[in-house]
Amino acid sequence: MTTNIGKFKDASPMSGILRMERMPHIWCPGCGIGSEVNSFAEAIKRSGIDPKKLVVVSGIGCTGRVAGYVNFDSIHTTHGRAIPVATGIKLANPELTVVVFSGEGDLTGIGGNHLIHAARRNMDLVVICNNNFTYGMTGGQVTPTTPGGAIASTTPYGNHEYPFSLPFLADAAGATYVARWTSMHARNLTQSIEEALSKKGFSFIEVISPCTTLYLRRNRLGDGVDMLQFYQENTVLKHGCDTRETAINYQGKIVIGKFVDKNKPTYLEALDKVGAKLVGDDYQLYGKTLPEREAEAKAEKERVAARRTAALAEEATAAEKGSAPKAAVKKAAAKKAPAKAAKKVPAKVAPKKVGAGSTAKKPAAKSAAKVAAKVAAKPVKKAAKKAPAKAVAKKTRK
Amino acid sequence: MKTVTADPKGVDAGPHFMDGDHALAEGALAAGCRFFAGYPITPSTETAERFAERAPEVGALFIQMEDELASIAALIGAAWGGKKCMTVTCGPGFSLMVENIGLACITETPLVIANVQRGGPSTGLPTLTAQQDMMQAKWGPHGDNAMIALSPDSPQECFDLAVEAFNLSEYYRVPVIILTDETVGHMHEKVVIPPADQIKVVPRNNYSGPKEDFRPYKFNSQGGHPMTQAGDGYNFHITGLVHDERGYPVMTAEQGKIVVTHLMEKINGNADKIIRLEEDQVDGADVVVVSYGITSRIAVKAIQDARKEGLKVGSLRLITIWPFCEKRIRELAPKIKAFVVPEINYGQMVLEVERCAAGQCKVISVNHCGGAVHEPEVILDAIRKAAK
Amino acid sequence: MSTQEIRFSGFGGQGIIRCALITGKALSLYDDKFATMTQSFGPEARGSACAAQLVMSDSRILYPYITQPGVLLALSQEAYDKYYGELPKGGVLIVEQDLVKLKSDHPDLKLYRVPATRFAEEVGNRLFTNLVALGFFTAVTKVVTADAMKKALPGLVPDRFLKVNIKAFEKGYEYGIEALKTAGAAS
Ligand SMILES: Cc1ncc(C[n+]2csc(CCOP(=O)(O)OP(=O)(O)O)c2C)c(N)n1
Ligand code: SF4
Ligand SMILES: [Mg+2]
Repeated sequence: MTTNIGKFKDASPMSGILRMERMPHIWCPGCGIGSEVNSFAEAIKRSGIDPKKLVVVSGIGCTGRVAGYVNFDSIHTTHGRAIPVATGIKLANPELTVVVFSGEGDLTGIGGNHLIHAARRNMDLVVICNNNFTYGMTGGQVTPTTPGGAIASTTPYGNHEYPFSLPFLADAAGATYVARWTSMHARNLTQSIEEALSKKGFSFIEVISPCTTLYLRRNRLGDGVDMLQFYQENTVLKHGCDTRETAINYQGKIVIGKFVDKNKPTYLEALDKVGAKLVGDDYQLYGKTLPEREAEAKAEKERVAARRTAALAEEATAAEKGSAPKAAVKKAAAKKAPAKAAKKVPAKVAPKKVGAGSTAKKPAAKSAAKVAAKVAAKPVKKAAKKAPAKAVAKKTRK
Repeated sequence: MKTVTADPKGVDAGPHFMDGDHALAEGALAAGCRFFAGYPITPSTETAERFAERAPEVGALFIQMEDELASIAALIGAAWGGKKCMTVTCGPGFSLMVENIGLACITETPLVIANVQRGGPSTGLPTLTAQQDMMQAKWGPHGDNAMIALSPDSPQECFDLAVEAFNLSEYYRVPVIILTDETVGHMHEKVVIPPADQIKVVPRNNYSGPKEDFRPYKFNSQGGHPMTQAGDGYNFHITGLVHDERGYPVMTAEQGKIVVTHLMEKINGNADKIIRLEEDQVDGADVVVVSYGITSRIAVKAIQDARKEGLKVGSLRLITIWPFCEKRIRELAPKIKAFVVPEINYGQMVLEVERCAAGQCKVISVNHCGGAVHEPEVILDAIRKAAK
Repeated sequence: MSTQEIRFSGFGGQGIIRCALITGKALSLYDDKFATMTQSFGPEARGSACAAQLVMSDSRILYPYITQPGVLLALSQEAYDKYYGELPKGGVLIVEQDLVKLKSDHPDLKLYRVPATRFAEEVGNRLFTNLVALGFFTAVTKVVTADAMKKALPGLVPDRFLKVNIKAFEKGYEYGIEALKTAGAAS
């Protein structure tokens, strides 16, 4: 590695959001997780949420390492248990915004029971599920979402199991917000995370993502860039799509979009109602009455809105000025750390080209996303081409 | 240990006629526990039911999780969310919890787990008493961990030790396990809950200094290091990986040594301060009966009868199970003829007694396969044999 | 007598557990005695039979279970059939007069019969059968004071039924005092 880490860290637009002292991260070149983290960080910045009041919880896995890199209160739990830990934090201090960021094996395999029950209860959490169709951290075994026929280290002759469709699962279990993107849809993902953050209730966002080192290599699907190309050509944007129609076949079409966006009382709201009915005006939780809590929540909401307006204004000014410093950093990073560019570029380029006005809700987002992807894919292609050799080396270390 | 008086909101002061399970819930509430996550299992469910019933008036939160894996995980979250928290279960549920008890140990997360023991193995004797999870409490989680376990012998002590469990847990930042049994859990007796100003509780010790000096851990083998709670702006990171004092993963053998030594010595090195024993006529005794929980009450009956026969018998009741009272056993072993160890299992704590007695006196196990308490005569017979 | 063991038995819904709770609470909170109450949770607790046990003493109770009850309150035939054999010579047997058909006159026992269900209905509802029985039990056994029993009721019976429960208790108690007189006269 020849990256000038110190310079990169200081200049990074993500310093403050990521724990720069912990860079470089462990993810392989071309892995989708990094760009998802960028989208997440971008969403946090734009959301206006008080970073002090944000908690990120992960399970175990490559994706599980996200908690260790974000500069918020963060917990790296045990395998499968991110959602119940997050439930505990959220209920212990309802003022917090709690995000679970983990892999599909963690969230839907070993932790699947927690996922459906948190959704059923409408626990006020945002769950971001990186679905790379594989147990990355342990070397590429089959997961509950691996498409039929795909090769994994434990299905060496092709997967003979039926996979979950995660949007369908989350929807059926009661999630009030369900969306799916790919790691290439950085702009839409950012938007989706922002929406979920501002929404009460159980939000589930699936991100289809390439595990270059294991899933792609084992299935001879090329590298990260090939996968981005694949996503570009094979995703079908269908907002509001019936989640029963979101199944993914091996190398088939991937339906993306926002599928569910509805409202119902959260677990805590429902519990408060019972308490208030029982105890009356004196009802309190952790020493605060319901009106006190509501007033605090309202005040915080106003502060969030103000911060959000400020963040968007700043973004707009930066865009006008041509954002020279940012571009310089990006170039430096792309030159010195080609692997990182593979993750950074889509996230950075997409929002600028698409523009702040375009939202995932509008069908126009489809073409916007395509444009973004094209722009993104090109510089990436060259940069990440060298990745496989390194990736293989890294794999043998696991 | 810095203490304050209990928050009166959680204290249902006065005399009660209640069972051990209910008393556990009352003790927790009195100690300031405001978060309970659990999953029903006989014979522990009454604790959860009591907490659920009392939560709205106390301003606490009760949640029935989908299983015990989730219950213990929710506790870890709630602890870092700033609340004192508790769960209750028995063998099958405890088995599901052990991985995350290990997480609580390495992340130095204070929480309290009550195991109201019933007969095993597996579903075993679901409604009947046992003391078969004594070793599991200590050795359940993988890896080297040290934790604290307490064993009450009455509903009153369920209350008292629940308060103490929270205090130890907060000070040492360690899971504390209350190892009771179906008999104590289900039997009703008088329980006197003192007024709030007579209950001493260790408050949550949250860091409040400058951000750059914040360290969630201090590897000095002592208790009392402050923690923090989510939302206070210190951006903590907590991981089950071996970590440095900032909480960041450092996966080397050297760091492993630092962390494990600290975790073990934090408890074992302070054993003298932690351990509580109840002794009766141990000095000058020929035979010392070592017992705990409900069995210690049965043992006292046998001891009284033995004394009537002129035998010199002492009683050593373990209130603290873990860390084990090694020092006391080593002191007594050369002075007496035998230890008699009755317990409602196939012989668990007797292994510890044997280890510490190190061949200097006889050690007689009075084991029992669970489902009932001992007949006092069986213990009496063992005492007679031991005195020979 | 420093230690006394009592078994309350009947069928589910008769408030048997409640009987033991009230007596245990009365003894340990208001009569300055020690009391330990246990109930069956095992397989034997299934079916219609229901039992609760109380050990009372002047000093701390060590062994929490009963070994040989000196008093049996049986409010159902099944309970009577199952448990009367445990009583030692001179033991106290109290049965629900209309529900239990005796197998003998039990000359070795102190036998008392009370139409608890009928009295409860007279008070207002057969739900109060257990309180009538408890009043009777209190009078004939004298192991616990009537005052303590009445003090123990709040919290163990619904507030809105407190008065009528006390009335049921008193009805049973008075009948018990009468029964003692007759028994005394007979012997
Ligand atoms: C109880 C337990 N079982 C198994 C493991 C091993 N393990 C670690 S990560 C992992 C799979 C993670 O897969 P996923 O959640 O999809 O995350 P990814 O690595 O793909 O991001 C497994 C099985 C573990 N750490 N704990
Ligand atoms: S193994 Fe796969 S999932 Fe893990 S970091 Fe590498 S590419 Fe990403
Ligand atoms: Mg995965």
